[in-house]
Amino acid sequence: MIELVEQPIDIRVLYERVRKDEHGAVVVFVGVVRRRSDDDRSVSGLSYEAYQELAVGEMKVIAQEVVSRFSPCEIAMQHRIGDLKVGEPSVAVAIATAHRAQAFDACRYAIDELKKRVPIWKKEHYVSGEAGWRENCSER
Amino acid sequence: MNRAHGLKKMATQPTSAATEIRVRVLAFARVREIAGASELERAVGSAATLSELWADLVNEMPGLADFSSSIRFARNGQLVDADAPLQEGDEIALLPPVSGG
Repeated sequence: MIELVEQPIDIRVLYERVRKDEHGAVVVFVGVVRRRSDDDRSVSGLSYEAYQELAVGEMKVIAQEVVSRFSPCEIAMQHRIGDLKVGEPSVAVAIATAHRAQAFDACRYAIDELKKRVPIWKKEHYVSGEAGWRENCSER
Repeated sequence: MNRAHGLKKMATQPTSAATEIRVRVLAFARVREIAGASELERAVGSAATLSELWADLVNEMPGLADFSSSIRFARNGQLVDADAPLQEGDEIALLPPVSGG
């Protein structure tokens, strides 16, 4: 399950998708719309848009990299597009492995690469009525 | 583009086919807003590269100049370098710095 979705992300679906009886660890990372922007403005919501074909293709490449680096593991990834409110998940990555260290490492790798490489853009809408496009910085 | 299509085009447009090619340009995020549309069609010289297409677009829409050092390109769904040549019917995506997650 590697996809862009227009409907709210259901974290349990990703969890169920990756978990198998040989796995002792499941890590699920969830990115959520935050109330304050990085420049401390009050956020009312976010809009995400994607170059859909390339975004899904790049997410699949990242998933393959995860599998080849952290095998054996299972991965599921969803990114929401459209208009989101504060508190809604924008992205979720679920990783299942035999033991926890590998699951944390794989999950970190997947979300970091997604934020660097996948052609998705976020526009912040502020309570003031203004809006602005953001750029990702690494490691935040 | 397959060969049959190219020949058909030349037969119907004998004067322009040899000197000009048309590409479809997809714009996203802030670049889409500056361009005023998510999709544009542009003609470029037959040996033009992506850099030349970008220079034409900046000339036409000076607000795009802010992205000249950060813009990336995809051609027909694949990331490519700015020196990549263009072909008739290419779908070119203009990709400003990403902000997913």
